[in-house]
Amino acid sequence: MALTDALKEEFTELASHYPKRQAALIPALHRCQEDLGGWLSPEIIESVAEWFEMEPVEVFSVASFYPMFFLKPVGKHIVSVCRNISCDLRGSEELFERVCQVTGAKAGANSTDGDFYVEQVECQGGCANAPMMVLDGIYHEDLTPDKAEAILGSLKR
Amino acid sequence: MSHETYLFSRMAREDVHTLKGYEAQGGYQAFKKILSEGTSPTDVTGIVKDSGLRGRGGAGFPTGLKWSFMPDPAKDSRTRYMAVNADESEPGTCKDRILMERDPHGLLEGCMIAAWAMGLAGIYIYVRGEYRLSYARLDEAIQEARAAGLIGENIMGSDFSCEVQMHKGAGAYICGEETGLMESLEGKRGHPRPKPPFPAGFGLWGQPTTVNNVESIFNVPFILERGSDWFKTMGTEKSPGNFLCGVSGHVEKPGVYEIALGTPASTILNEYAGGVWRGRELRAWIPGGSSTGFLRPEMIDTPMDHDSVKAVGSMFGTGAMIILDQTASVVHSALVLMNFYEHESCGQCSQCREGTEWLAQVFQRIHDGQGRMEDIDLLTDIANGMAPGKTICALADAAAIPTHSVIRNFRDELVEYVQEGGHAAVSKKRSLPLEVV
Repeated sequence: MALTDALKEEFTELASHYPKRQAALIPALHRCQEDLGGWLSPEIIESVAEWFEMEPVEVFSVASFYPMFFLKPVGKHIVSVCRNISCDLRGSEELFERVCQVTGAKAGANSTDGDFYVEQVECQGGCANAPMMVLDGIYHEDLTPDKAEAILGSLKR
Repeated sequence: MSHETYLFSRMAREDVHTLKGYEAQGGYQAFKKILSEGTSPTDVTGIVKDSGLRGRGGAGFPTGLKWSFMPDPAKDSRTRYMAVNADESEPGTCKDRILMERDPHGLLEGCMIAAWAMGLAGIYIYVRGEYRLSYARLDEAIQEARAAGLIGENIMGSDFSCEVQMHKGAGAYICGEETGLMESLEGKRGHPRPKPPFPAGFGLWGQPTTVNNVESIFNVPFILERGSDWFKTMGTEKSPGNFLCGVSGHVEKPGVYEIALGTPASTILNEYAGGVWRGRELRAWIPGGSSTGFLRPEMIDTPMDHDSVKAVGSMFGTGAMIILDQTASVVHSALVLMNFYEHESCGQCSQCREGTEWLAQVFQRIHDGQGRMEDIDLLTDIANGMAPGKTICALADAAAIPTHSVIRNFRDELVEYVQEGGHAAVSKKRSLPLEVV
Protein backbone atom coordinates (compact mmCIF):
# COMPACT_ATOMS: atom_id res chain seq x y z
CA MET A 1 0.00 0.00 0.00
CA ALA A 2 1.42 3.32 -1.01
CA LEU A 3 1.80 6.21 1.39
CA THR A 4 -0.85 8.89 1.07
CA ASP A 5 0.15 12.50 0.53
CA ALA A 6 -1.37 13.33 3.91
CA LEU A 7 0.92 10.79 5.59
CA LYS A 8 3.96 12.11 3.75
CA GLU A 9 3.10 15.59 4.97
CA GLU A 10 2.85 14.27 8.51
CA PHE A 11 6.24 12.56 8.14
CA THR A 12 7.77 15.87 7.07
CA GLU A 13 6.27 17.56 10.10
CA LEU A 14 7.46 14.76 12.43
CA ALA A 15 10.95 14.82 10.97
CA SER A 16 11.17 18.56 11.66
CA HIS A 17 11.24 17.76 15.38
CA TYR A 18 14.67 16.17 15.14
CA PRO A 19 18.10 17.04 13.79
CA LYS A 20 18.12 13.73 11.86
CA ARG A 21 15.26 12.35 9.83
CA GLN A 22 15.54 8.75 11.01
CA ALA A 23 14.38 9.76 14.50
CA ALA A 24 10.90 10.15 13.06
CA LEU A 25 10.85 6.52 11.89
CA ILE A 26 9.06 4.92 14.85
CA PRO A 27 6.41 7.66 15.12
CA ALA A 28 5.96 7.36 11.33
CA LEU A 29 5.51 3.58 11.54
CA HIS A 30 2.83 4.14 14.20
CA ARG A 31 0.98 6.47 11.84
CA CYS A 32 1.19 3.96 8.99
CA GLN A 33 -0.13 1.16 11.15
CA GLU A 34 -3.02 3.36 12.32
CA ASP A 35 -4.01 4.57 8.86
CA LEU A 36 -3.07 1.77 6.50
CA GLY A 37 -4.88 -1.34 7.63
CA GLY A 38 -3.57 -2.07 11.13
CA TRP A 39 -0.31 -3.78 10.21
CA LEU A 40 2.96 -3.06 8.44
CA SER A 41 2.97 -4.96 5.16
CA PRO A 42 6.16 -5.41 3.14
CA GLU A 43 4.78 -2.79 0.71
CA ILE A 44 4.35 -0.26 3.51
CA ILE A 45 7.84 -1.01 4.82
CA GLU A 46 9.20 -0.39 1.32
CA SER A 47 7.43 2.93 0.89
CA VAL A 48 8.49 4.08 4.33
CA ALA A 49 12.08 3.08 3.56
CA GLU A 50 11.94 5.07 0.36
CA TRP A 51 10.71 8.17 2.16
CA PHE A 52 13.38 7.83 4.87
CA GLU A 53 16.10 7.06 2.29
CA MET A 54 16.84 3.79 4.08
CA GLU A 55 16.99 0.19 2.93
CA PRO A 56 13.72 -1.74 3.44
CA VAL A 57 15.61 -4.29 5.52
CA GLU A 58 16.76 -1.52 7.90
CA VAL A 59 13.18 -0.38 8.43
CA PHE A 60 12.09 -4.00 8.87
CA SER A 61 14.86 -4.53 11.41
CA VAL A 62 13.57 -1.60 13.47
CA ALA A 63 9.89 -2.49 13.11
CA SER A 64 10.48 -6.11 14.11
CA PHE A 65 12.17 -5.04 17.37
CA TYR A 66 9.03 -3.43 18.78
CA PRO A 67 6.07 -5.50 19.99
CA MET A 68 3.55 -2.79 19.11
CA PHE A 69 4.22 -3.19 15.40
CA PHE A 70 2.39 -5.99 13.61
CA LEU A 71 4.13 -7.57 10.65
CA LYS A 72 1.20 -9.83 9.81
CA PRO A 73 -2.45 -8.94 9.24
CA VAL A 74 -4.42 -8.59 12.45
CA GLY A 75 -8.14 -8.73 13.22
CA LYS A 76 -10.40 -5.71 13.25
CA HIS A 77 -10.15 -5.40 17.04
CA ILE A 78 -6.95 -5.96 18.99
CA VAL A 79 -7.19 -7.29 22.54
CA SER A 80 -4.00 -7.27 24.60
CA VAL A 81 -4.23 -8.86 28.04
CA CYS A 82 -1.41 -8.18 30.50
CA ARG A 83 0.23 -11.33 31.87
CA ASN A 84 2.86 -9.79 34.13
CA ILE A 85 3.15 -10.25 37.87
CA SER A 86 0.65 -7.72 39.28
CA CYS A 87 -2.06 -8.80 36.84
CA ASP A 88 -1.16 -12.48 37.22
CA LEU A 89 -1.66 -12.23 41.00
CA ARG A 90 -5.16 -10.89 40.42
CA GLY A 91 -6.38 -13.39 37.88
CA SER A 92 -5.10 -12.43 34.43
CA GLU A 93 -4.91 -16.09 33.39
CA GLU A 94 -8.66 -16.57 33.90
CA LEU A 95 -9.24 -13.22 32.21
CA PHE A 96 -7.22 -14.26 29.17
CA GLU A 97 -8.98 -17.63 28.94
CA ARG A 98 -12.32 -15.87 28.85
CA VAL A 99 -11.12 -13.38 26.25
CA CYS A 100 -10.07 -16.28 24.02
CA GLN A 101 -13.40 -18.02 24.59
CA VAL A 102 -15.50 -14.96 23.81
CA THR A 103 -13.53 -13.91 20.74
CA GLY A 104 -12.82 -17.39 19.45
CA ALA A 105 -9.17 -16.49 18.96
CA LYS A 106 -6.05 -18.16 20.33
CA ALA A 107 -3.04 -16.41 21.87
CA GLY A 108 -1.14 -14.43 19.24
CA ALA A 109 -3.68 -15.21 16.51
CA ASN A 110 -6.80 -13.91 14.83
CA SER A 111 -10.32 -15.24 15.29
CA THR A 112 -11.60 -17.20 12.29
CA ASP A 113 -14.11 -14.45 11.46
CA GLY A 114 -11.21 -11.96 11.43
CA ASP A 115 -12.91 -9.75 13.99
CA PHE A 116 -10.36 -10.16 16.75
CA TYR A 117 -6.65 -10.52 17.32
CA VAL A 118 -5.78 -11.50 20.89
CA GLU A 119 -2.41 -11.53 22.60
CA GLN A 120 -0.84 -11.67 26.04
CA VAL A 121 1.45 -8.73 26.64
CA GLU A 122 3.95 -7.65 29.26
CA CYS A 123 3.34 -4.96 31.89
CA GLN A 124 1.20 -2.09 30.57
CA GLY A 125 1.49 0.08 33.69
CA GLY A 126 -1.99 -0.72 34.95
CA CYS A 127 -0.64 -2.61 37.99
CA ALA A 128 -2.71 -0.83 40.63
CA ASN A 129 -5.87 -1.60 38.64
CA ALA A 130 -5.11 -5.20 37.77
CA PRO A 131 -6.07 -7.25 35.91
CA MET A 132 -6.38 -5.24 32.76
CA MET A 133 -6.59 -5.41 29.00
CA VAL A 134 -6.08 -2.96 26.20
CA LEU A 135 -8.79 -3.00 23.54
CA ASP A 136 -7.97 -1.08 20.37
CA GLY A 137 -5.58 1.13 22.32
CA ILE A 138 -7.98 1.89 25.18
CA TYR A 139 -7.21 0.69 28.71
CA HIS A 140 -9.85 -1.39 30.52
CA GLU A 141 -8.84 -1.91 34.14
CA ASP A 142 -10.09 -3.54 37.34
CA LEU A 143 -11.49 -6.32 35.17
CA THR A 144 -13.16 -9.61 35.91
CA PRO A 145 -13.78 -12.24 33.21
CA ASP A 146 -17.47 -11.24 33.24
CA LYS A 147 -16.71 -7.54 32.78
CA ALA A 148 -14.37 -8.34 29.89
CA GLU A 149 -17.00 -10.55 28.30
CA ALA A 150 -19.54 -7.72 28.48
CA ILE A 151 -17.09 -5.25 26.90
CA LEU A 152 -16.13 -7.63 24.09
CA GLY A 153 -19.71 -8.82 23.59
CA SER A 154 -20.82 -5.29 22.80
CA LEU A 155 -18.40 -5.28 19.85
CA LYS A 156 -19.60 -8.51 18.32
CA ARG A 157 -21.95 -8.46 15.40
CA MET B 1 -0.57 8.58 58.13
CA SER B 2 -0.83 12.34 57.93
CA HIS B 3 2.24 13.90 56.41
CA GLU B 4 3.00 16.76 54.08
CA THR B 5 2.16 15.98 50.47
CA TYR B 6 3.00 17.98 47.38
CA LEU B 7 3.25 15.69 44.34
CA PHE B 8 -0.51 15.06 44.31
CA SER B 9 -1.40 18.44 45.80
CA ARG B 10 -2.96 19.97 42.69
CA MET B 11 -4.95 16.99 41.54
CA ALA B 12 -8.15 17.73 43.42
CA ARG B 13 -8.89 20.35 40.80
CA GLU B 14 -10.54 18.79 37.76
CA ASP B 15 -8.85 21.00 35.14
CA VAL B 16 -5.29 20.90 36.46
CA HIS B 17 -4.18 19.32 33.16
CA THR B 18 -4.94 22.61 31.42
CA LEU B 19 -2.73 25.69 31.57
CA LYS B 20 -5.55 27.60 33.26
CA GLY B 21 -5.98 25.00 35.98
CA TYR B 22 -2.24 24.71 36.50
CA GLU B 23 -1.57 28.43 36.67
CA ALA B 24 -4.52 28.96 39.04
CA GLN B 25 -2.58 26.84 41.53
CA GLY B 26 0.68 28.72 41.23
CA GLY B 27 1.93 26.86 38.18
CA TYR B 28 4.98 28.11 36.23
CA GLN B 29 5.80 30.58 39.04
CA ALA B 30 9.07 28.83 39.88
CA PHE B 31 10.20 28.86 36.25
CA LYS B 32 9.12 32.46 35.67
CA LYS B 33 10.93 33.59 38.81
CA ILE B 34 14.20 32.00 37.71
CA LEU B 35 13.90 33.62 34.32
CA SER B 36 12.87 37.09 35.53
CA GLU B 37 15.49 37.16 38.27
CA GLY B 38 18.10 35.66 36.02
CA THR B 39 19.11 33.01 38.58
CA SER B 40 22.28 31.49 37.17
CA PRO B 41 22.06 27.96 35.74
CA THR B 42 24.80 26.89 38.16
CA ASP B 43 22.72 28.13 41.09
CA VAL B 44 19.64 26.26 39.86
CA THR B 45 21.63 23.04 39.55
CA GLY B 46 23.13 23.81 42.95
CA ILE B 47 19.69 24.00 44.58
CA VAL B 48 18.61 20.67 43.04
CA LYS B 49 21.94 19.15 44.12
CA ASP B 50 21.59 20.53 47.63
CA SER B 51 18.04 19.18 47.95
CA GLY B 52 19.43 15.65 47.71
CA LEU B 53 16.72 14.64 45.21
CA ARG B 54 17.45 11.14 43.95
CA GLY B 55 16.20 9.83 40.61
CA ARG B 56 12.84 8.09 40.85
CA GLY B 57 13.32 5.85 37.81
CA GLY B 58 15.05 2.99 39.59
CA ALA B 59 18.74 3.69 40.14
CA GLY B 60 18.28 6.46 42.72
CA PHE B 61 21.14 8.53 41.30
CA PRO B 62 21.20 12.15 42.60
CA THR B 63 19.44 14.31 39.98
CA GLY B 64 21.42 17.52 40.57
CA LEU B 65 24.71 15.63 40.35
CA LYS B 66 23.61 14.12 37.04
CA TRP B 67 22.83 17.61 35.71
CA SER B 68 26.27 18.82 36.79
CA PHE B 69 27.92 16.19 34.56
CA MET B 70 26.80 18.12 31.49
CA PRO B 71 29.85 19.88 30.01
CA ASP B 72 30.37 23.58 30.66
CA PRO B 73 28.75 25.51 27.74
CA ALA B 74 31.66 27.96 27.81
CA LYS B 75 34.05 25.15 26.91
CA ASP B 76 31.79 22.93 24.84
CA SER B 77 29.45 24.62 22.40
CA ARG B 78 27.64 21.48 21.22
CA THR B 79 23.81 21.38 21.23
CA ARG B 80 22.48 19.84 24.43
CA TYR B 81 19.42 17.71 24.97
CA MET B 82 17.36 16.10 27.64
CA ALA B 83 15.29 12.98 27.19
CA VAL B 84 12.55 12.50 29.75
CA ASN B 85 12.18 8.82 30.43
CA ALA B 86 8.44 8.24 30.33
CA ASP B 87 8.81 4.65 29.11
CA GLU B 88 7.46 3.40 32.44
CA SER B 89 7.50 -0.39 32.08
CA GLU B 90 9.08 -1.95 35.15
CA PRO B 91 6.43 -4.47 36.23
CA GLY B 92 4.48 -3.10 39.21
CA THR B 93 5.24 0.51 38.31
CA CYS B 94 2.33 2.77 37.31
CA LYS B 95 3.12 6.14 38.89
CA ASP B 96 4.49 8.34 36.08
CA ARG B 97 1.32 7.65 34.14
CA ILE B 98 -0.74 9.43 36.81
CA LEU B 99 1.51 12.49 36.78
CA MET B 100 1.38 12.74 32.99
CA GLU B 101 -2.35 12.13 32.68
CA ARG B 102 -3.40 14.41 35.52
CA ASP B 103 -0.76 17.12 35.87
CA PRO B 104 1.25 17.35 32.61
CA HIS B 105 2.22 21.00 33.07
CA GLY B 106 3.96 20.05 36.32
CA LEU B 107 6.31 17.88 34.28
CA LEU B 108 6.74 20.58 31.64
CA GLU B 109 7.65 23.22 34.21
CA GLY B 110 10.30 20.85 35.59
CA CYS B 111 11.56 20.34 32.04
CA MET B 112 11.91 24.06 31.45
CA ILE B 113 13.79 24.57 34.72
CA ALA B 114 16.11 21.74 33.70
CA ALA B 115 16.46 23.38 30.28
CA TRP B 116 17.59 26.63 31.88
CA ALA B 117 19.96 24.87 34.30
CA MET B 118 21.65 22.79 31.59
CA GLY B 119 21.33 25.19 28.66
CA LEU B 120 19.27 22.70 26.66
CA ALA B 121 18.17 23.37 23.10
CA GLY B 122 15.72 20.51 22.97
CA ILE B 123 13.81 18.15 25.21
CA TYR B 124 12.17 14.93 24.09
CA ILE B 125 9.57 13.26 26.25
CA TYR B 126 9.80 9.58 25.36
CA VAL B 127 6.42 8.09 26.31
CA ARG B 128 5.77 4.40 25.96
CA GLY B 129 3.48 3.80 23.01
CA GLU B 130 0.67 2.27 25.07
CA TYR B 131 0.21 5.41 27.21
CA ARG B 132 -2.17 7.18 24.81
CA LEU B 133 -3.74 9.48 27.37
CA SER B 134 -0.36 10.49 28.81
CA TYR B 135 0.81 11.36 25.31
CA ALA B 136 -2.33 13.30 24.42
CA ARG B 137 -2.37 15.26 27.67
CA LEU B 138 1.31 16.19 27.39
CA ASP B 139 0.94 17.06 23.72
CA GLU B 140 -1.92 19.46 24.52
CA ALA B 141 0.02 20.93 27.44
CA ILE B 142 3.04 21.59 25.20
CA GLN B 143 0.86 23.40 22.68
CA GLU B 144 -0.70 25.52 25.40
CA ALA B 145 2.66 26.35 26.97
CA ARG B 146 4.15 27.18 23.57
CA ALA B 147 1.26 29.52 22.78
CA ALA B 148 1.78 31.20 26.16
CA GLY B 149 5.45 31.79 25.37
CA LEU B 150 6.72 29.34 27.99
CA ILE B 151 8.30 26.93 25.50
CA GLY B 152 10.04 27.62 22.19
CA GLU B 153 11.84 30.69 20.91
CA ASN B 154 12.66 33.63 23.21
CA ILE B 155 10.82 32.32 26.23
CA MET B 156 8.99 35.09 28.13
CA GLY B 157 10.70 37.63 25.93
CA SER B 158 14.18 36.55 27.02
CA ASP B 159 16.94 35.31 24.74
CA PHE B 160 16.50 31.81 26.13
CA SER B 161 15.00 29.25 23.74
CA CYS B 162 14.20 25.58 24.16
CA GLU B 163 11.85 23.26 22.28
CA VAL B 164 9.94 20.36 23.82
CA GLN B 165 8.73 17.49 21.65
CA MET B 166 6.76 14.36 22.32
CA HIS B 167 8.13 11.03 21.15
CA LYS B 168 6.15 7.79 21.08
CA GLY B 169 7.83 4.45 21.82
CA ALA B 170 6.54 1.11 20.60
CA GLY B 171 6.48 -1.26 23.53
CA ALA B 172 9.95 -2.48 24.46
CA TYR B 173 11.00 -2.65 28.13
CA ILE B 174 14.66 -2.15 27.24
CA CYS B 175 13.90 1.35 25.93
CA GLY B 176 13.49 2.40 29.56
CA GLU B 177 17.25 1.87 29.90
CA GLU B 178 18.72 5.31 29.21
CA THR B 179 21.01 4.39 26.32
CA GLY B 180 18.43 2.01 24.82
CA LEU B 181 16.01 4.92 25.01
CA MET B 182 18.40 7.16 23.11
CA GLU B 183 18.96 4.58 20.38
CA SER B 184 15.21 4.13 20.06
CA LEU B 185 14.69 7.89 19.92
CA GLU B 186 17.16 8.03 17.05
CA GLY B 187 14.89 5.62 15.16
CA LYS B 188 16.83 2.41 15.73
CA ARG B 189 16.39 -0.87 17.57
CA GLY B 190 16.55 -0.16 21.31
CA HIS B 191 19.97 -1.71 21.86
CA PRO B 192 21.70 -0.20 24.90
CA ARG B 193 25.10 1.37 24.30
CA PRO B 194 28.24 0.44 26.19
CA LYS B 195 29.23 3.04 28.80
CA PRO B 196 31.51 5.00 28.75
CA PRO B 197 30.98 7.25 26.93
CA PHE B 198 28.20 8.47 29.22
CA PRO B 199 25.19 10.39 27.87
CA ALA B 200 26.43 13.72 29.29
CA GLY B 201 29.40 13.51 26.92
CA PHE B 202 27.92 11.50 24.07
CA GLY B 203 24.16 11.19 24.10
CA LEU B 204 21.47 11.81 21.48
CA TRP B 205 23.14 12.16 18.08
CA GLY B 206 26.47 12.27 19.91
CA GLN B 207 25.58 15.46 21.76
CA PRO B 208 25.56 16.09 25.53
CA THR B 209 22.35 14.60 26.91
CA THR B 210 20.73 14.01 30.27
CA VAL B 211 18.07 11.36 30.76
CA ASN B 212 15.73 11.84 33.73
CA ASN B 213 12.65 10.02 34.93
CA VAL B 214 9.25 11.77 34.92
CA GLU B 215 8.80 11.80 38.70
CA SER B 216 12.34 13.14 39.23
CA ILE B 217 11.68 16.12 36.97
CA PHE B 218 8.22 16.59 38.48
CA ASN B 219 9.86 17.22 41.88
CA VAL B 220 12.04 20.05 40.55
CA PRO B 221 9.57 23.00 40.46
CA PHE B 222 8.56 22.27 44.07
CA ILE B 223 12.20 22.32 45.15
CA LEU B 224 12.88 25.60 43.34
CA GLU B 225 9.74 27.20 44.69
CA ARG B 226 10.02 26.09 48.31
CA GLY B 227 13.76 25.58 48.69
CA SER B 228 16.05 22.65 49.28
CA ASP B 229 15.75 23.01 53.07
CA TRP B 230 12.00 22.48 52.83
CA PHE B 231 12.57 19.41 50.67
CA LYS B 232 14.94 17.93 53.22
CA THR B 233 12.31 18.17 55.98
CA MET B 234 10.63 15.18 54.33
CA GLY B 235 12.02 11.68 53.90
CA THR B 236 15.40 10.62 55.26
CA GLU B 237 18.77 12.31 55.30
CA LYS B 238 20.06 10.35 52.32
CA SER B 239 16.71 9.96 50.54
CA PRO B 240 14.80 13.19 51.07
CA GLY B 241 11.33 14.03 49.80
CA ASN B 242 8.22 12.06 49.02
CA PHE B 243 7.84 9.35 46.41
CA LEU B 244 4.97 7.81 44.56
CA CYS B 245 4.47 4.29 45.78
CA GLY B 246 2.47 1.97 43.57
CA VAL B 247 1.07 -0.92 45.59
CA SER B 248 -0.25 -3.87 43.61
CA GLY B 249 -1.02 -7.55 43.97
CA HIS B 250 -2.85 -9.09 46.91
CA VAL B 251 -3.91 -5.98 48.83
CA GLU B 252 -7.33 -4.58 49.70
CA LYS B 253 -6.71 -1.18 48.13
CA PRO B 254 -4.17 -1.27 45.34
CA GLY B 255 -3.18 2.21 44.28
CA VAL B 256 -0.50 4.85 43.92
CA TYR B 257 0.16 6.70 47.16
CA GLU B 258 2.35 9.69 47.96
CA ILE B 259 4.61 8.55 50.77
CA ALA B 260 7.54 10.10 52.63
CA LEU B 261 10.75 8.21 51.90
CA GLY B 262 11.73 6.14 54.90
CA THR B 263 8.16 5.10 55.75
CA PRO B 264 8.11 1.41 56.77
CA ALA B 265 6.76 -0.90 54.06
CA SER B 266 4.37 -2.33 56.68
CA THR B 267 2.82 1.12 57.19
CA ILE B 268 2.32 1.51 53.45
CA LEU B 269 0.83 -1.96 53.19
CA ASN B 270 -1.49 -1.71 56.18
CA GLU B 271 -2.39 1.96 56.50
CA TYR B 272 -2.51 2.97 52.86
CA ALA B 273 -3.21 -0.18 50.88
CA GLY B 274 -5.62 -1.65 53.40
CA GLY B 275 -3.45 -4.63 54.29
CA VAL B 276 -3.14 -8.05 52.66
CA TRP B 277 -6.50 -8.78 51.04
CA ARG B 278 -9.18 -11.11 52.38
CA GLY B 279 -7.64 -11.09 55.83
CA ARG B 280 -4.82 -13.33 54.68
CA GLU B 281 -1.21 -13.53 55.77
CA LEU B 282 1.73 -12.12 53.83
CA ARG B 283 3.82 -14.71 52.02
CA ALA B 284 6.28 -12.51 50.12
CA TRP B 285 6.69 -8.97 48.82
CA ILE B 286 8.70 -7.07 46.25
CA PRO B 287 9.88 -3.63 47.35
CA GLY B 288 10.55 -1.68 44.16
CA GLY B 289 9.40 -3.25 40.91
CA SER B 290 10.00 -6.73 39.51
CA SER B 291 13.79 -6.39 39.27
CA THR B 292 14.26 -5.94 43.01
CA GLY B 293 13.41 -9.48 44.04
CA PHE B 294 11.23 -11.30 46.54
CA LEU B 295 11.54 -10.51 50.24
CA ARG B 296 10.30 -12.46 53.25
CA PRO B 297 7.33 -11.32 55.35
CA GLU B 298 9.50 -10.64 58.40
CA MET B 299 11.28 -7.93 56.36
CA ILE B 300 8.05 -5.93 55.90
CA ASP B 301 9.02 -3.35 58.52
CA THR B 302 11.91 -2.23 56.31
CA PRO B 303 11.80 1.55 55.76
CA MET B 304 11.19 2.37 52.12
CA ASP B 305 14.27 4.37 51.23
CA HIS B 306 17.34 3.56 49.17
CA ASP B 307 19.73 2.64 51.98
CA SER B 308 17.28 0.70 54.13
CA VAL B 309 16.05 -1.52 51.31
CA LYS B 310 19.64 -2.08 50.20
CA ALA B 311 20.48 -3.21 53.74
CA VAL B 312 18.05 -6.14 53.43
CA GLY B 313 19.72 -7.26 50.21
CA SER B 314 17.39 -5.64 47.71
CA MET B 315 16.88 -2.27 46.01
CA PHE B 316 14.45 0.61 46.34
CA GLY B 317 14.05 0.59 42.54
CA THR B 318 10.92 2.38 41.40
CA GLY B 319 9.31 2.07 44.84
CA ALA B 320 6.58 -0.17 43.41
CA MET B 321 5.54 -2.69 46.06
CA ILE B 322 4.04 -5.98 44.92
CA ILE B 323 2.33 -8.08 47.58
CA LEU B 324 1.87 -11.88 47.55
CA ASP B 325 -0.53 -13.49 50.02
CA GLN B 326 -0.18 -16.85 51.76
CA THR B 327 -1.82 -18.78 48.92
CA ALA B 328 0.54 -17.35 46.30
CA SER B 329 3.56 -19.12 44.91
CA VAL B 330 6.90 -17.38 44.72
CA VAL B 331 8.10 -19.98 42.19
CA HIS B 332 5.12 -19.24 39.95
CA SER B 333 5.60 -15.47 40.16
CA ALA B 334 9.34 -15.89 39.52
CA LEU B 335 8.51 -17.87 36.40
CA VAL B 336 6.20 -15.07 35.22
CA LEU B 337 9.09 -12.64 35.67
CA MET B 338 11.66 -14.86 33.97
CA ASN B 339 9.41 -15.24 30.94
CA PHE B 340 9.20 -11.45 30.90
CA TYR B 341 12.98 -10.91 31.02
CA GLU B 342 13.51 -13.54 28.35
CA HIS B 343 10.99 -11.74 26.15
CA GLU B 344 12.54 -8.33 26.78
CA SER B 345 16.25 -9.15 26.48
CA CYS B 346 17.45 -7.21 23.44
CA GLY B 347 19.78 -10.04 22.49
CA GLN B 348 23.05 -8.12 22.19
CA CYS B 349 24.91 -9.83 25.05
CA SER B 350 25.01 -13.61 25.09
CA GLN B 351 25.02 -13.73 28.92
CA CYS B 352 21.62 -12.05 28.93
CA ARG B 353 20.14 -13.47 25.73
CA GLU B 354 20.93 -17.07 26.74
CA GLY B 355 20.82 -16.57 30.50
CA THR B 356 17.28 -15.19 30.64
CA GLU B 357 16.12 -18.09 28.47
CA TRP B 358 17.84 -20.69 30.64
CA LEU B 359 16.46 -19.15 33.84
CA ALA B 360 12.97 -19.27 32.37
CA GLN B 361 13.47 -22.91 31.32
CA VAL B 362 14.75 -24.04 34.70
CA PHE B 363 12.00 -22.22 36.61
CA GLN B 364 9.50 -23.74 34.16
CA ARG B 365 10.62 -27.28 34.85
CA ILE B 366 10.64 -26.76 38.61
CA HIS B 367 7.17 -25.25 38.26
CA ASP B 368 5.98 -28.18 36.14
CA GLY B 369 7.23 -30.80 38.58
CA GLN B 370 10.26 -31.95 36.60
CA GLY B 371 12.71 -30.06 38.78
CA ARG B 372 15.77 -31.68 40.35
CA MET B 373 17.49 -30.64 43.57
CA GLU B 374 20.59 -29.64 41.63
CA ASP B 375 18.47 -27.17 39.65
CA ILE B 376 18.62 -24.83 42.63
CA ASP B 377 22.41 -24.57 42.32
CA LEU B 378 22.05 -24.41 38.56
CA LEU B 379 19.87 -21.29 38.92
CA THR B 380 22.59 -19.69 41.07
CA ASP B 381 25.26 -20.61 38.52
CA ILE B 382 23.31 -19.15 35.63
CA ALA B 383 22.53 -15.95 37.52
CA ASN B 384 26.19 -15.60 38.55
CA GLY B 385 27.17 -15.91 34.91
CA MET B 386 24.89 -13.04 33.96
CA ALA B 387 25.60 -10.35 36.55
CA PRO B 388 26.82 -8.09 38.02
CA GLY B 389 28.74 -6.08 35.48
CA LYS B 390 28.97 -8.77 32.80
CA THR B 391 26.75 -7.16 30.17
CA ILE B 392 26.22 -3.83 28.42
CA CYS B 393 23.18 -2.89 30.49
CA ALA B 394 21.45 -3.98 33.68
CA LEU B 395 18.69 -6.15 32.21
CA ALA B 396 20.73 -9.26 33.01
CA ASP B 397 21.02 -8.01 36.59
CA ALA B 398 17.28 -7.41 36.63
CA ALA B 399 16.73 -11.12 35.98
CA ALA B 400 19.58 -12.34 38.19
CA ILE B 401 18.53 -10.37 41.29
CA PRO B 402 15.04 -11.89 41.65
CA THR B 403 16.55 -15.33 40.94
CA HIS B 404 19.06 -14.95 43.77
CA SER B 405 16.29 -13.62 46.01
CA VAL B 406 14.16 -16.73 45.49
CA ILE B 407 17.09 -18.97 46.38
CA ARG B 408 18.13 -16.88 49.36
CA ASN B 409 14.69 -16.14 50.79
CA PHE B 410 12.46 -18.95 49.51
CA ARG B 411 14.72 -21.94 49.12
CA ASP B 412 12.17 -23.92 51.15
CA GLU B 413 9.60 -23.35 48.43
CA LEU B 414 11.95 -24.45 45.64
CA VAL B 415 12.66 -27.64 47.63
CA GLU B 416 8.92 -28.14 48.17
CA TYR B 417 8.29 -27.84 44.43
CA VAL B 418 10.97 -30.41 43.63
CA GLN B 419 9.82 -32.82 46.33
CA GLU B 420 6.05 -32.46 45.94
CA GLY B 421 6.04 -32.54 42.15
CA GLY B 422 5.44 -28.98 41.05
CA HIS B 423 2.84 -26.27 40.99
CA ALA B 424 -0.34 -28.34 40.77
CA ALA B 425 0.56 -30.35 43.87
CA VAL B 426 1.88 -27.42 45.88
CA SER B 427 -1.01 -25.09 45.13
CA LYS B 428 -3.52 -27.81 46.01
CA LYS B 429 -1.84 -28.24 49.35
CA ARG B 430 -1.74 -24.50 49.93
CA SER B 431 -5.23 -23.53 48.80
CA LEU B 432 -7.65 -22.32 51.42
CA PRO B 433 -11.15 -23.65 52.00
CA LEU B 434 -13.78 -21.74 50.03
CA GLU B 435 -14.32 -18.37 51.55
CA VAL B 436 -17.49 -17.44 53.34
CA VAL B 437 -18.94 -14.56 51.38
